[in-house]
Amino acid sequence: MSVPVGNALHQDNYLTHGKGWKSWLFTLDHKRIGVMYLISILASFLLGGVFALLVRMELWTPQRTIMDANTYNQMFTLHGAAMIFLFIIPGIPAALGNFILPLMLGAKDVAFPRLNLLSYYLWVVGAVFALVSIITGAVDTGWTFYTPYSTTTNTSVISITFGVFILGFSSIFTGINFIVSIHKLRPPTMTWFKMPLFLWSLYGTALIQILATPVLGITLLLLLAERALGVGIFDPALGGDPVLFQHFFWFYSHPAVYIMILPAMGIISELVATFSHRHIFGYKFIAMSSIAIAVISFLVWGHHMFVSGQSNLANLIFSILTFLVAIPSAVKVFNWVATMYKGEVELATPMLYALAFLFLFGIGGLTGLFLGALATDVHLTDTYFVVAHFHYTMFGGTAIAFFGGLFYWWPKITGRMYREKWARMAAFLIFIGFNTAFLAQFIMGAQGMPRRYYNYLPEFAPYHKVSTIGAFVLAVGFVLAAATLLHSLYAGELAPANPWGAATLEWHTSSPPPHENFETQPVPGDPYDVDQWVYDAAAGGYVLAPAGASGGRA
Amino acid sequence: MHSGHAQVAHHFPSVRAQFEAGKLGMWIFLATEILLFGGLFCAYAVYRANHPEVFIYAHRYLDKVLGGINTAVLILSSFTMAWAVRAAQLSQSQRLVRLLAATIACGFVFLGIKYVEYEHKWKEGLLWGKRFKPTHQERVVEKDVPPPRPLTDVNPEERSTLPLPAPPPAGLARPEESTPVGGVVPKNVQIFFSVYFLMTGLHGLHVIAGMIVLTWMLWRARQGEFSAAYFTPVDLAGLYWHLVDLIWIYLFPLLYLIH
Repeated sequence: MSVPVGNALHQDNYLTHGKGWKSWLFTLDHKRIGVMYLISILASFLLGGVFALLVRMELWTPQRTIMDANTYNQMFTLHGAAMIFLFIIPGIPAALGNFILPLMLGAKDVAFPRLNLLSYYLWVVGAVFALVSIITGAVDTGWTFYTPYSTTTNTSVISITFGVFILGFSSIFTGINFIVSIHKLRPPTMTWFKMPLFLWSLYGTALIQILATPVLGITLLLLLAERALGVGIFDPALGGDPVLFQHFFWFYSHPAVYIMILPAMGIISELVATFSHRHIFGYKFIAMSSIAIAVISFLVWGHHMFVSGQSNLANLIFSILTFLVAIPSAVKVFNWVATMYKGEVELATPMLYALAFLFLFGIGGLTGLFLGALATDVHLTDTYFVVAHFHYTMFGGTAIAFFGGLFYWWPKITGRMYREKWARMAAFLIFIGFNTAFLAQFIMGAQGMPRRYYNYLPEFAPYHKVSTIGAFVLAVGFVLAAATLLHSLYAGELAPANPWGAATLEWHTSSPPPHENFETQPVPGDPYDVDQWVYDAAAGGYVLAPAGASGGRA
Repeated sequence: MHSGHAQVAHHFPSVRAQFEAGKLGMWIFLATEILLFGGLFCAYAVYRANHPEVFIYAHRYLDKVLGGINTAVLILSSFTMAWAVRAAQLSQSQRLVRLLAATIACGFVFLGIKYVEYEHKWKEGLLWGKRFKPTHQERVVEKDVPPPRPLTDVNPEERSTLPLPAPPPAGLARPEESTPVGGVVPKNVQIFFSVYFLMTGLHGLHVIAGMIVLTWMLWRARQGEFSAAYFTPVDLAGLYWHLVDLIWIYLFPLLYLIH
């Protein structure tokens, strides 16, 4: 089997295959759709980030700082809605997953390319509806749209919930595409337990996407009907029950946090194995824990509602089930650590993000146990402790893994290498800024600072100031990371086919890949057999070791 | 799903692989549809458990005969649809066109009857939530039950998630002896009609979507696109149509045949 050693920038690749804007907007190529998703999602991240900075600036002083209370309510709602529905949920599967999944399978495309393009445009339409609400009356309900407030506020709830409903369809179609692709496009020699772990995690994610998202769909339809027609399903005055909304909402939205974190865990599995230059430890346990998390995720929604008046028995059961999630999560973490043990850990930029993930997700996961325990949860409900826990898992977990994956696959996507030194600096700033911003929130939350408050007691001011400073350090880190990546597009060195020495199939093709993904069909083997790759200085990257020679890192 | 012609798309190894992929994708999509309706079935279960008296009282306003005819019409349409798929598999293009047309016609009959039912509810003011303003309540009351006592309601413990009703004004205090459930007009009757209109309305939208898909299939069948070598789209459209029928088969007894 021949492996391209150099780059393909001067030849025909997916970026040069077809010219003009039409060749992008009407493309059926999963790689181009992935790139379009990537650009859109990063734009949403920028938007959500700006809202976050505005919120943090307002909280600099206990009273009014830069905006009035109403605007503040709208800002934190928009921050949450943009980050959750436009960035984190589609982020890894739709952008990175779309690009990488067929390559990892050694396939030419996903199973339904037209459905894939449709899902992108549904994302765009949904995003437009959600953003139009900013002009017609930005929503001030918080991203959870709890009734009865969401049915009585005079802001554009209909526009944003309809947008989220459409985004849900986009997510479902991506899920269908991934499940069918993994079932039907896997090469015969790649058995389930020879799939890269990123694919296992995308499979688990897709299962949740198709099983949970329709329930959000019907919930939002009911909310729309409630607002537009007054059906009274959630209105006690008409015999309805507002707590039913919470049950419906969390039946989707708790599994949804695993839609966010599972693919992130898949990326970490790839990064840790690649940059430890060692076979992944406990492959089957990591794979099965993805499925276990997907299953348990459907049974724990009630832990968002411990203080909603549900029965004590229900509280007890949901609490026990919540603790169960810790088991498969810890299985993963221990296996990653065991992979690094006695490996040759290379502190390249993606690995820095992976290490940051282990640290931050560890904190995020362990503080989840505080919230899953009934007695402490009553004290911590609706405080900044919850906000900090959520950000440690979702930002410190998912977003950090997303950026780790972005730096990892950037050479494959663009065909360019970035400046390693700048990228490491950015990763360091992000890590410091993140911890500064959110550790302070754990402390003030535990002391009783409620979330979503506009004014607060002066004793909390120092924590808020530290948190705001951290947020700006974080922002500087991201600006530097963005500058590094943009700079590489113009001035980066051409990327080799396999710059990191990973063994999964996407590194068997040139960077960037040709339109049909592979010049010669790769033969899937063990996806973590990194020893068959040796560093070749002439090629600037890793090449397959000649038969008989011992591979490994030079 | 994405291949308009009998040829295999470039990323599939064979026609068979492509057919199987389409089928799997459709089944997964049907699962998401069931979950979408699952939310409404769940709401139905919650409100029926909380207000059993409302469901027993209000379902009598639905017309069992029209609902029964509609059930028969949909079952017939499932039969013509299944036969249409068979016709496509046997390359009987003339028969395929006729059977698809018959299935679509059944869809129109169903929607027509549904329209008659909705119009009747509209005139009687038997609508959802805040639009619920019944005009002919006494008609049923006269025939089957004693005069209504509007402020009587069930044991509050049965409605644990709801706030207790405000005590009635002194002059209107309810009698000490509880009357049989069938003999009074319960509170919150509108919740039944909210559930009824949401469930049948969403189902009606699915019928319309199915008819649009079938019309597209009809058009393609007339072009002679389908044969024993390539009938995937007809097969998938058929699966969708059967699901729409199946949901109605659950809706009919749950809403019309409560007693």
